[in-house]
Amino acid sequence: MTQLWDFSGGIHPAENKQQSTSRPIRTAGIPERLVVPLQQHIGEPAEPLVEVGERVLKGQKIADVTMGMGVPVHAPTSGVVERIAEMPVPHPSGLNDWCITLKPDGEDQWRERHPVTDYRSLDPEAVLGIIHEAGISGMGGAGFPTDIKLRPPKDRKVDTLILNGAECEPYITADDMTMREKAAEVVSGLKVMAWILSPERCVIGIEDNKPQAIESMQKACEGTQIEIAVIPTKYPSGGEKQLIRVLTGLEVPSAGIPADIGVMCQNIGTAVAVSRAVFEDSPLISRIVTITGEAVREPGNFEALIGTPIDYLLEQAGLEPQRVNRLVLGGSMMGYTLTTTAVPVTKTTNCVIAATGAELPAPPTERPCIRCGQCAEVCPMELLPQQLFWYSKSGEFEKAEHLNLFDCIECGACSYVCPSSIPLVQYYRYAKGEIRVQRAEQIKADRARERFEARQARLEREQQEKEQRRKERAKAAAEAQAKKQAEAEKAAATGEAVDERAARAAQVRQALERKKAKAATKAETTASEDKPDIEALEKQLAQAKAKLATMQSMLDDAKAQQADNVDKLERAVAKNHDRVQRAEQALADARKALAGTTESQTSD
Amino acid sequence: MLTGILIAVAVLLALALVFGGLLGFASERFKVEGNPLVDQIDALLPQTQCGQCGFPGCRPYAEAIAQGEAINKCAPGGESTIKALADLLDIEPQPLDAEHGVEQARRVAVIREDECIGCTKCIQACPVDAILGAAKHVHTVIESECTGCDLCVEPCPVDCIDMVTLEPDIRTWTWTPPSSGIIATDRQGASA
Repeated sequence: MTQLWDFSGGIHPAENKQQSTSRPIRTAGIPERLVVPLQQHIGEPAEPLVEVGERVLKGQKIADVTMGMGVPVHAPTSGVVERIAEMPVPHPSGLNDWCITLKPDGEDQWRERHPVTDYRSLDPEAVLGIIHEAGISGMGGAGFPTDIKLRPPKDRKVDTLILNGAECEPYITADDMTMREKAAEVVSGLKVMAWILSPERCVIGIEDNKPQAIESMQKACEGTQIEIAVIPTKYPSGGEKQLIRVLTGLEVPSAGIPADIGVMCQNIGTAVAVSRAVFEDSPLISRIVTITGEAVREPGNFEALIGTPIDYLLEQAGLEPQRVNRLVLGGSMMGYTLTTTAVPVTKTTNCVIAATGAELPAPPTERPCIRCGQCAEVCPMELLPQQLFWYSKSGEFEKAEHLNLFDCIECGACSYVCPSSIPLVQYYRYAKGEIRVQRAEQIKADRARERFEARQARLEREQQEKEQRRKERAKAAAEAQAKKQAEAEKAAATGEAVDERAARAAQVRQALERKKAKAATKAETTASEDKPDIEALEKQLAQAKAKLATMQSMLDDAKAQQADNVDKLERAVAKNHDRVQRAEQALADARKALAGTTESQTSD
Repeated sequence: MLTGILIAVAVLLALALVFGGLLGFASERFKVEGNPLVDQIDALLPQTQCGQCGFPGCRPYAEAIAQGEAINKCAPGGESTIKALADLLDIEPQPLDAEHGVEQARRVAVIREDECIGCTKCIQACPVDAILGAAKHVHTVIESECTGCDLCVEPCPVDCIDMVTLEPDIRTWTWTPPSSGIIATDRQGASA
C-alpha cells in the first residue's frame, strides 16, 4: 500500500457530487454559435489567424501566440468565422475579452490528421511540440501551458509524476466521470507524459469518495508501474501542494514550484487531451463539464466543444430558469458567480452550478472578527488568516505580504468556517491584486525614472557638445585671423603680393611711384627746353582770340537783352582781352628771341 | 589621592582619543555618497515628472521634501504616495493639496495622427521620451512608457493630443474589497 501523509487543516464540506454522477457523460452536440476566447491560458493572448467570413475546418488552428508564453486555439468544428470581437467570457470581473465567433455548418468536417502510433520513436521535443500545437493548457483551472510545464528547469529532475484525480471540491465530478469512462485515455496520456519526463514514480491520487473511478483506473493500470493512491477525502486535498504533501510527504517551498522538490502534478483532463493530441492528432477542442445544482432537472457531465455557450448546456441539463438564484462557475468553494449565461465553455471550465436560493444562499453580512482562530486551524497552508485579514482590510499590504499572503491558495476553507461570515478570501484576493498593481506601478515608475534620467543626461550631453562645438568654432576663427595677420606681415616684409588685396595695395604703391618718377622727368625736360615754343604760343593766342570773340558776342547779346549778367560778362571780356594781349606779348617776345638766336646762328 | 585623580583623567583621555579616532576613521571609511533620504523619497514618488508639484520633476521635489517641503503636493501619486511618504518620514499624512491638482485615474496621451503636422514640439516636451517621431513625420505616443503627465498637450500647435483615461480591461482587473458598512438587518430588509 502506498504510504500517505497528511496536510494540516482542511475541512469536510457537503460533497454534493452524487447528483451529477448518476448519468453517464452526454455529448452536448454542436450549438448554433461557438464563441472561442483567444485567451484561455496563462500568458499572452493568442492572435487570430483567420478572417471574418473564412471557412474553417474542425481542428484547424484559428489563433496562435507569436510572442511570449501561450498555446494556439483551434476551431471546435467546421464552419464559418462570423465575427472577431469582444464578447462576454467566463471571468470573475464580468468583463469582455476578444473571441472568435464561429457559425458551425453542421458537417463537422475534420482537417487532415496525422496521428502518431509510436510516439516512442519520436524525439521528446517533437512530442512536446505536438502537445503545444494541440493547444493544451492545464485543465484543472489555472490553464498553464502544458508543454511548458512538461519542460522542468534543466537542473531539476522530476522523480515523481502525480496525476491529480482527487477532485476535492464539492459539486464537481468532471474528473471522476472521466476516470470512470475514459480510463484508457487517461492512462495512455499519462504514459506519454511519463515517457517525456521519465520519473521514478508515477502516481494517480484519487479521493476515497470515488470508488467507481478508483476501480476503473485500477483496471486500466493493470500491468503497468502506475500506482493508484487512494487518499482520504478532505478539502482541499486536490490542491497541488496538498496532494504532493499527501503523496510524498514533501512541501513545496514558498514561491517555489513542485519541480523544485522533484515533483510534477498534472490534471486528469490534461492527460486525456495529451492522449488525443498524440494518438488521434486531435487538438484540445472539447472538454468534460459538470452541469449541476438544484435548478437543473438532469444534472450530469457533458462533453462540450470549447466555445459552447453555457446556456446551451444548461438547457440540455433541463434548466428551470425560475428556480435559479445564482449561477456559479467552478465549485462552491472556489468558484465565482456568473453575471450572464452567454459566456462560453473554455479549456478551464470544469463546472457550472445552477443553484437555488436554498442551496447556495447569499452569504450573510460580515460581522466583526471575534478572534476565535478557527480559520488558522483549517488553513491548509498553515498561514495566519486572521492577521492577513486585518492587514488586507486596513491596507497594510506590506505586512500581509510579509506573512506570506502569496502562499494563500484561496481555497476558501477559512471563509467556510468563519463564524462571523467574513469573506476572508475576497480580502486576500483584493490585497493580492493591490500588491500586484503596486508592483507593476513601481516597475513603471522605475522605468520612467530611468528614462527621465537618461533624457536629462542626453540633454546635458547635447548642451556640452554644442558648447564644445561653439568653442571650437571660435578657436578656429581666431586661428585663421592670426594666420592672415602673419601672412600680411610677411608679405609686407618681402614685398611680395601674397593675396589680392596686398597685390592691389602694391600696385597702387607702384603706380604712385611711377607717377612721381614721370613728374620728375617731365620737370627735367621742361627745364632743359629753354627755347620758347612759338607754335604753342601761336596756338594759345588763337585760342585766347577765339574765346575773346565768343565772349564779346555774348556780351553784345546780353547788352541787347538787358540781362543781369552783363557786368560779369564785361569782366570776363576784359580778362580775356588781357589774356589775348599777354599771349600777343609772349608771342612777340618769342619771335624776337627766335630771331636773335637765328641771327646768331646765321652769323656763326 | 591626586595620583588617583590623575590616573582617572589620563585613562578617560586615552579612551576619548581612541574612540574619537575610531569614529573619525569610520566616518571616512563608511562615508555615504549623496543623500540617501532623497533616494528613498524619490523611490516613492510616481515618476510622472509632470511638475504639478511646482518642482521641475520628481527628484527635485524629493530633494525639497528632504529639506522640509510639504508632502501633499503630488497629485498623480495621490493618497497612497502621501501615506508612504508619511510612513517614511514619520510624520502625519496630510490630505492632498488641491492647488497642485487632483488625483485621477491613470491616463495616457494619444495623438490623433491624422491631425499631427510633425512639428516635434511634443517630443521636446515629453520628460520620458515616450513620443516617437521626426520633423514633418507623424508622431505617436508609446503607450507603455507614457506617464500621463500632460506636458505634451500644451505645446501642440494643432491640439491633436488627447489625454485618455485607461479603462480597466480583463487583464488589469483586480478584485475589489468586500463591500462593508451594511448590517445584517439592512440586508434582510433589502431582500424582503
